[in-house]
Amino acid sequence: MRNIVKQYPVGDEVMTVLKGIDLTIDRGEYLSVLGPSGSGKSTLMNIIGCLDQPTSGEYILHGQRVGDLDEQELARIRSREVGFIFQNSQMLPLLDAQKNVELPLIYAGVRPKERRERAEEMLERVGLADRRHHRPNQLSGGQQQRVAIARALVTRPSLLLADEPTGALDQKMGRQIMELFQKISDEGHTIIMITHDLNIAKQARRVVHIIDGSLTEGGEMQP
Amino acid sequence: MRNLFANISKKSFMFVESVSMSVANIMKNRLRSFLTILGIMIGVTAVIALVTTVSGVSNSISDSFTSMGAGSMTVSITGTDLKSGLDSEDMEEITQLDHVEGVTPSVSLSARVSRNGVNETGVSVSGKNDYYFENDESVIERGRAINPLDIEDQNRVCLISEEMMETFFYGVDPVGETLYIEGRSFTAIGVLSDSEDSSISSMLSGSNDIMIPYTTALKMNNVSTVSMLTVYIDSAESSAIVESELEEMLDALFNYEDDTYTITTMEGIEDTMSSMLSMMSALLGGIASIALVVGGIGIMNMMLTSVTERTVEIGLKKAIGAEPGQIQLQFLIESFLLSMIGGIAGVILGIVLSAVLCSALGITFSLNYGAIILGVSFSAAVGIIFGWSPARKASRLSPIEALRRI
Repeated sequence: MRNIVKQYPVGDEVMTVLKGIDLTIDRGEYLSVLGPSGSGKSTLMNIIGCLDQPTSGEYILHGQRVGDLDEQELARIRSREVGFIFQNSQMLPLLDAQKNVELPLIYAGVRPKERRERAEEMLERVGLADRRHHRPNQLSGGQQQRVAIARALVTRPSLLLADEPTGALDQKMGRQIMELFQKISDEGHTIIMITHDLNIAKQARRVVHIIDGSLTEGGEMQP
Repeated sequence: MRNLFANISKKSFMFVESVSMSVANIMKNRLRSFLTILGIMIGVTAVIALVTTVSGVSNSISDSFTSMGAGSMTVSITGTDLKSGLDSEDMEEITQLDHVEGVTPSVSLSARVSRNGVNETGVSVSGKNDYYFENDESVIERGRAINPLDIEDQNRVCLISEEMMETFFYGVDPVGETLYIEGRSFTAIGVLSDSEDSSISSMLSGSNDIMIPYTTALKMNNVSTVSMLTVYIDSAESSAIVESELEEMLDALFNYEDDTYTITTMEGIEDTMSSMLSMMSALLGGIASIALVVGGIGIMNMMLTSVTERTVEIGLKKAIGAEPGQIQLQFLIESFLLSMIGGIAGVILGIVLSAVLCSALGITFSLNYGAIILGVSFSAAVGIIFGWSPARKASRLSPIEALRRI
C-alpha cells in the first residue's frame, strides 16, 4: 500500500457530512477513527472501502484514482483489496460459517478446492475450526464476529475496515475481538477501525478524531 | 486463450454457487414459492392438456377419414328447371371418366314400414345401385346384393340393417321374407352389417336402415333423376383431376348455370375439420397462455418482495466484493428456477390430465412433444422476462443504502 490521499466535501443535498478531509494511511498501519455518532465516520469508512464515491476530492488507493472507476471496477477492488467487518457481523443466515467465509472467494472466482482450504484456514486462525458447519443462529455474537473477521481476511485484503466491531458485544468478548485485531495488525495487515469508544480507539497505534465532518489528528498513541 | 478458459471456469463456479444459493432461498420460503409457482404450473398444465387433447381428437378424425377411404367424393345436384338431376346415362358417362371406378346414387326417402302388425315410421330407406355392393362387399352381412337386374326391373327387393331385423324379424331369418314399405310389398334379400366406425361415416352418409334398388326408390319418390351421387375414384391423388373433369361435365349438363351442383371431396371435409381444430387449439392455447402471463406477474411480484426483504443481504454481498452482474445473475437464476419448477410440474400434470381426458373421450393418447417443448420454453422465458426487472433492481441497489439498514 503506497498511500491514500483523500480530500473531499460530500454534499448530501445541502448537508455536508464530510467537510474536506485529508488523510494519509500507510501500509501496515493500525488506525482508529474516533467520533460520536453522526460525525460522518461511517460515511468516511464507506468511501475508504470503495462502497461510496466522494462528491468531490480525490481518493487514491494503491496509486489508483478511485473516483474514475465504475461500479463494476469498484466491486473488483472491494473483492481484492478491502475486507469489511460490520457492527452486527452480518452473516447470511442460510449459509453455515464455512460458506459465509467462502462467499467473498466465490465472488472473486476462486476454485472450490482452494476456496474451501482457505476458508478452513481462516476459521482456524480465528479459533472456530470446530464451529465450521454451524449456522449463524447457532453461534454466539462473539463467534459470529470472529466469522466475520475470517470472512474479511479470507481474500487477503490489503485493507481491513471495521465499523464498531465490538459495538454489539459484551466487554469480555469485545476484549477477545480486540486481541484478535492486535494479532492481525502484528501480522502486517492495515486496519482502519471506526468507533465512538475511546477505550477501543486507544488500542490502535494511531487515532484520528472526526467531529462534525472534520478530521483532527489525535497523535500517536502508545498502547 | 488461457485467460479465457480461466474466466469461463471462474464464471461456472460462480454459477454453481448461485444456483445452490437460489435453491436454498426457494426452499426457505417453501409456501410462498409454491404459491408463486402455482400460476405457471396451471398455465403450462392447461396449455399441454388442451393442445394434446385437441391434437388427439384431430388425429382420430383424420384416422377415421382414412379408414373410410379418402378415395371418394359426393356430388349433390340442385339442378335447373329443365333438368332436375342425373339420369342413368349421365351416371354412365361419369363412370367413363378417367380415374373413376364407379358411381353410386343415393335416393333417400323416409318411409313407413310394417310387417305382421309391427309398424315403424320414419325409417330411412336408401336407393343404391349394384356398384355400391361391388365396391365394398363387407357391407353385406348375409344374403345377396342388389344386382343389375334388380336395377333394370325396379325390383321390390331390400336389404335391411341388423337393427331393422330385430324390429321386424325377431327370431326369424329375414332372407326371403316379405315386408311392407309404404304399403308395397318388398322381399328381403339380405342383411346389412353394422358399420364399424359409426360416428363420422354415418354422420356424413346418413345411417341407412333399409337399402333398395335406386330405380325402385326413384319410382316411389315419383322422380326420374338422381340428385345425390357418390363417385369412387382409383386413388386419393386423382381427386383433383376427377373433380375438375366432373365440374366440366356437370357445367355442360346444367347449361353453365350457377349453383346447380356441389362437389364435396373427403379431403375437403378433412381439411376444413383439421383447420377448424387447429384454430380451436390455437385459441384455447392462447387463452391458457394468459394464465402463464399471470403466473409470470406473480413471479415478478415475489421477486420484487424478495429484493426488498433481502436488501441487507444484497448490500453485504456487494460490500464483500460481489459485482452488480453477479447479484443480478443470482436473482435471475432464482426466478428462472422458480418458473422452471412450475413449468416442469405443469408438463407432468398436463400429460397426466390429457391422458385422463383422452381416455375419457375414447381417443388414443399420444405425447405431443411440441406442446411440451412449448410449455417448458414458455415458462423459462417467463422466468427470465419477469425476473429481469427485479434482478436489475437488486443489482442496482446502492450498497451503503442497503447497509444503512443494519
